[in-house]
Amino acid sequence: MMRFWPVFMRNFLVWRKLAIPSLLGNIAEPLMWLAAFGFGLGSLVGQIQTPSGPVPYLNFVASGYICMSAMNAASFEALYSVFSRMSVQRTWDGILNAPILLEDIVMAEMLWAAFKAVFSVSAIFGVMALMGLLGSAHAMLAWLVLLLAAVMFSAIALIFNALAKGYDFFTYYFTLFLTPMMFLSGVFFPRDQLPHWMQTVAQWLPLSLVIDIFRPLFLGQWPQSVALPLLIIVGYTLVAYTVALRLTQRRFKSG
Amino acid sequence: MTLTQSSGVTSGVTLAEGSSTASTASISSSGASPFSPSASMNSAVDPHHAIRKPLLECLNLEKSFGKTQVVNSVSLEIYPGECLGVIGPNGAGKTTTLKMLLGLLAPDQGHVRAFGAQMPEGALEIKARLGVVSQFDTLDPDFTCIENLRVFGSYFRVPKSLLMKRIPMLLEFAALTAKAHDKPQALSGGMKRRLSLARALINDPQLLILDEPTTGLDPQARHLMWERLQQLVQQGKSILLTTHFMDEAERLCDRLVVLDQGQIISQGSPKALIAEHLEAHVVEAYGVDLMDKDLLPLESLANRVEKSGETVFFYAQDAAPLLNALQAYPRLRILHRPANLEDLFLKLTGRQMREGS
Repeated sequence: MMRFWPVFMRNFLVWRKLAIPSLLGNIAEPLMWLAAFGFGLGSLVGQIQTPSGPVPYLNFVASGYICMSAMNAASFEALYSVFSRMSVQRTWDGILNAPILLEDIVMAEMLWAAFKAVFSVSAIFGVMALMGLLGSAHAMLAWLVLLLAAVMFSAIALIFNALAKGYDFFTYYFTLFLTPMMFLSGVFFPRDQLPHWMQTVAQWLPLSLVIDIFRPLFLGQWPQSVALPLLIIVGYTLVAYTVALRLTQRRFKSG
Repeated sequence: MTLTQSSGVTSGVTLAEGSSTASTASISSSGASPFSPSASMNSAVDPHHAIRKPLLECLNLEKSFGKTQVVNSVSLEIYPGECLGVIGPNGAGKTTTLKMLLGLLAPDQGHVRAFGAQMPEGALEIKARLGVVSQFDTLDPDFTCIENLRVFGSYFRVPKSLLMKRIPMLLEFAALTAKAHDKPQALSGGMKRRLSLARALINDPQLLILDEPTTGLDPQARHLMWERLQQLVQQGKSILLTTHFMDEAERLCDRLVVLDQGQIISQGSPKALIAEHLEAHVVEAYGVDLMDKDLLPLESLANRVEKSGETVFFYAQDAAPLLNALQAYPRLRILHRPANLEDLFLKLTGRQMREGS
């Protein structure tokens, strides 16, 4: 057991060399987004109605933005970076000559991509806390939700990694899957603004489930339901990991 | 029979358990070699005379990709202390066979056993005792030489204290001490290969598996690589290597397996193979003077004649009469030499270029 650990640490050691410069980007970009959406758009929109009352648009969009960032960061790492290690640099081929199995590597990459995403999102989280955007101590629970979300989006992305012939393939994943999900999951506006049939579909999207738990906690409220969305998130993760592993194994056995 | 077999088993086991402590001792005391002979084969069982148990063996391996059969009923075994070469043209199935030996590819049929374990169930146990250098470098571009070795050691769970001692020895062995803090991009092709070799030795393996270890290297780098591999064999390591360089096979290998179109077509020591399949002498004649009709009297003086472009190869047990007769053709350039592995290779696998090679 824990055979994935040295592989996880390998990624950590590479990342550590570049972590500080990348931290700056991790903070600068979200600040620009928040300035544009929160202050710019927010002054036009005003307050947003939530089940526990109205909240300023800036707080609303900040909570959605964090979830979206976790999704994007995890997906980016589990697609482009993992593909580099798997196919371009052949790092995996080297590791497979050691007493480590493919399933250990896939597990390590999933957890690594999640860790990296949570790390970069935590930087934004910290900045928002300083800006006074966090409702209360509930925010620490919200942070745990992000961890689960990052693992789930890493696992989903690893499916597409296993299928990819090259980096170009990932563009489809972003434009056909992640971008629509971003607009349908309630990052920028409440989902009840969508047509009714679309709401029915959208509530099952991975990002919607995450936002439904994360946003109330971030705003210092309690989510309406926790158990069901959490269960679905865990379910999505398990299914995605299993499919990603099988596809990766198939890819390696036929290569 | 039972007695020698069981002693073979015990020697294998004690080796694995004893090797880490033995090599710790050797590292602190010895010079450029990372693992002293004491860390390797024990002298009680002479690998060349006793009835030996192979370190690794495979039986009737078969593999097809789609409708093409790439490996067809391949069986081989590698014994303690020997260097076994698998030779064959490109596409002969060498790499596919290796991948199955390493458990990276599941055979359609057949078994792989090593160190008393079976693939794929025993893959982790087997790989813990192997060192592998694949055909393409898989070095980590983000790490320096030292970091590459350290991180690779962590995959084998080599204790840190042991790594700290082993890594300087391995860098020395690979002639990379001066490059210890450089990344692979700053290394030449030969240096990268030697770093890959050093990396494969990080777990003090009993058996090294090398896929075309010198392909693409310049002569200096190849010779250095050969020297190091010979050093390892002298220290008691076993080596299984694939190559399509016959000088490499002749120089390094105790035993050869010739693979062509997925099948073993011959095997034995390089000398025995040459003696079995070839005449002792080769006379090569180059030049345009030689017409087909001129050849007829000469052909009867040789056991076998092959033509390739402007060159005629005469294979003969006794070259004297042929060399005499060739003096009548002063404009020909004549080369008389003993038959070598290259001749054998060409005889067994054909002189024609293969499609796609």
